[in-house]
Amino acid sequence: MVSVRSVTLTPSSLTATDLPWIIEHREDRCTLCGNCTAICPKGAIRLSHMRQRLPRLDVFGSQRGSEYRTFTGIRQETDPAKLCIGCGMCAMVCPNEAITPVAGTNENRTLFFENRKGEPMKRGGRRNATGPTLLDRIVFHRISMLTDPALDAGRHEFTATTTLGRVLSPEEFLKRTMNGGWIPPTREIFPFIIGSMSFGALSPNMWLGLLQGVAYCNEVLGLPVVMCTGEGGCPPWVLRSPYLKYIILQIASGYFGWDEIIRAIPEMQCLPAAIEIKYGQGAKPGDGGLLMWHKVSKLIARLRGVPEGVDLPSPPVHQTLYSIEESVMKMVQTMSMAFHHQVPVYPKISASTSAKAVLNNLVRNPYAAGLVIDGIDGGTGAAYNISMDATGHPVASCVRDCYLELAKQGMQNEIPLFAAGGIGKNGNVAQNGMAMVMLGASGVHLGKYMMQAAAGCLGNEKNRCNVCNLGICPKGITSQNPKLYRRLDPDKVAERVAEIYMSINTEVKKIMAPLGRSQSLPIGMSDAIGIADKAAAERLRISYIC
Amino acid sequence: MCRLALKTAREPFSPYEVLTAMEAMKEGYDGSGLGLLLRGMEFEDFKYNPRFPILSGIAHTEKAWYRMTDYMEEMEYELKYDHRFAMRPELIEAKDRYRYFMRAYRMPVEFRDESDELREAELLRARLALRNLSTEEDPLTIFSFYPDVAMIKEVGWPMQIGDALCLHDGQLKSRVCMAQGRQNTNYDINLYACHPFFIQGISTMTNGENTAFVPIRDWLVGRNLPGYVGYHSDSEVFTHILHYTLKHLGLPLQAYKHIITPLSTGELSRHPQGDFLTGLRQACKRLIIDGPNAVIGTLPDETCLLVMDQKKLRPATVGGRDGVWGIASEICGIQAMIPDRDPSLDFQPMREHTVIIPPHRKELEIWSQYDRLPLPQAA
Repeated sequence: MVSVRSVTLTPSSLTATDLPWIIEHREDRCTLCGNCTAICPKGAIRLSHMRQRLPRLDVFGSQRGSEYRTFTGIRQETDPAKLCIGCGMCAMVCPNEAITPVAGTNENRTLFFENRKGEPMKRGGRRNATGPTLLDRIVFHRISMLTDPALDAGRHEFTATTTLGRVLSPEEFLKRTMNGGWIPPTREIFPFIIGSMSFGALSPNMWLGLLQGVAYCNEVLGLPVVMCTGEGGCPPWVLRSPYLKYIILQIASGYFGWDEIIRAIPEMQCLPAAIEIKYGQGAKPGDGGLLMWHKVSKLIARLRGVPEGVDLPSPPVHQTLYSIEESVMKMVQTMSMAFHHQVPVYPKISASTSAKAVLNNLVRNPYAAGLVIDGIDGGTGAAYNISMDATGHPVASCVRDCYLELAKQGMQNEIPLFAAGGIGKNGNVAQNGMAMVMLGASGVHLGKYMMQAAAGCLGNEKNRCNVCNLGICPKGITSQNPKLYRRLDPDKVAERVAEIYMSINTEVKKIMAPLGRSQSLPIGMSDAIGIADKAAAERLRISYIC
Repeated sequence: MCRLALKTAREPFSPYEVLTAMEAMKEGYDGSGLGLLLRGMEFEDFKYNPRFPILSGIAHTEKAWYRMTDYMEEMEYELKYDHRFAMRPELIEAKDRYRYFMRAYRMPVEFRDESDELREAELLRARLALRNLSTEEDPLTIFSFYPDVAMIKEVGWPMQIGDALCLHDGQLKSRVCMAQGRQNTNYDINLYACHPFFIQGISTMTNGENTAFVPIRDWLVGRNLPGYVGYHSDSEVFTHILHYTLKHLGLPLQAYKHIITPLSTGELSRHPQGDFLTGLRQACKRLIIDGPNAVIGTLPDETCLLVMDQKKLRPATVGGRDGVWGIASEICGIQAMIPDRDPSLDFQPMREHTVIIPPHRKELEIWSQYDRLPLPQAA
């Protein structure tokens, strides 16, 4: 045994088997082209020179000793700062299939060192919880096949749009129509909304691709899809373009980007789809937005009106507001007034046991146009791991409670509820979305799903990749570095957006047709859904099936 | 699928005529029940004053019967006429039928000079109160309590029930008669689940399942309006939506179609009242029906109507001549009720139509959703 002093050892010294992702490299296939080391976003692999002893046995020779050869090969870094994130870009660029990361089966020792320099782990992505979600387990079981002629998803006409905006009670609507009163603005939109991902969190190419795709859906496919900006404003040319009508502008506690928006109001060609006031986010309840300095490029700094290269943490709450009552009173009304009461204004909150209190407050505010509830499985560009993994409330029961509360008051037609957070987490986007609709949501917001489906985001709930916060996104989706985001072709993203929405639209019809529904989105049609989980069925007041 | 028949005539006729129409359409239903609504009443042995409300229902036991009569006395309703069916009980499948009743009352003194609105509210209250007198041991089923309207519902084949109650004996006649030939099959069998449904003089019956039932029911229940209860059948909401449209929103009958099956956004953009109707669709979104349905109804003034679902997935025909009109699921049903009409003038409404037979019964009104809605002002 060698002496301890001859080994270089620190408390955080690890070997490759301690890591969550282990690089498998086949030297016999490697051509030493260097593509993998060049593309690795983390510098987790390096080309290194190694020496090999070639023992020589020469009994009769006068010289003793060995011969040595030097060779070059790929080695994995074990420093926790340079951990392999499993993105697999090395495998993607290797011409010879010589390298690939594989998930480590040993325990993940690096978790104990995610606090170097006293900083807890920060990352992008969403809660690292794998397996089917509750929404994945819901089935649509009330099939109207024998009692009625079945609808044909391919040939019949379906209406699957939803209303964004405050709807008056029929009595109030008629009263105001007769007396010339204010009718709150509403929008008929496709119930799957691209949720708030900011210009800043997303790269310019990604954002542009999404917008192009949304415009195509509206103008060519006839699907009224809308997308939300997230906090961080909107490029000035978009504000002055006819595409603004497909955009929900978000205002959050940092008010980033609103200088530009306010300045653009007189020059707007059309009104935005809506204004979303963010009070909370499902991925990190109690935290404001966070754009880390890596991503505050010149363009982002200009849009947000801040210096380049500084962290941009938004406060957890709107600092000018004392309570939710004031939020509703001041912000909703002010924003509504800024757009001449012609644009729906609604808040977004993180799912919580206190959501009903917020809802009841909104019900009493004539300017509140809806409520978005963001659940624990929501994604984010940057947050503390502890917030993402351990803080929050699942969206399904929260939205269901709120819907039943509205139903109790006979107001479920009036304040639309939108669900966000974990919709399509395992790819079942239409199924998840329609399950939420039947639980009582008027629509759903898709964030992470859009990044994964439209741009090939590699992040997952085994903590693969999830480096959106660092601006080193290997696909160029969440980076502000032109070298990285040029990898992403906006036209191709747009094409994917159109494909995704065409497919969701067909799947929605495939769900509605056997239920005998085609005239309106089956919001709150809880008799159509069931789950093989007694406790969940009881909690959600849907049927238990087995 | 069930079968429906409605006949309306200036001269009162026996409900048995409508049962013959049901018999003609026998292949289309399973004989699990019959629902009858009579309006514009005439009794052979009593000169009926059409202001007297008629209470119809079934007392399943003697105790239930006395509970009902005691309550009516207590509320100071004065019994003016008690119709006795010449019964053949052996033809009735169910055994717990102590008495079918159809009793005309004079309202309590304090309501005699009140407005129709107040009188109707009281009749609704009394009907619901009577319904609540039912217990598990002594059930009491109340179908309607309203002037000039009587109802019968029972399990079995329509003709068999007609024979059991001797409806052919001419003791009972009416100017309007609605009949439906099947019990609820999508939910539990329950007399209250049998069409036609009734609230404050408004009645409808439907064939086909309303797949949007649960969200509509939840919304109607949330209104907290008296009478919006029951919902043993998914079709009961059609009646309540019509009631809500006419009585609570004060809209004309034609608006009913715009509420249950609104036009599409494209069609509304070309409609002369597109803005108003878009807003109405928005405000009444939870009342949009779904599934294949033909809705047949009558109103207190003896107006009759027929509307189809948005895709016209159910058949229904209207036909007749000056003074007599019929609506039925099949043409053979009309033929059985009104053989002496010109069949070439029979009309099958399309998805946008509302067929209205006005009380004068001279001719049909076929109103289209693309037409201008007869609204008093503004819209």
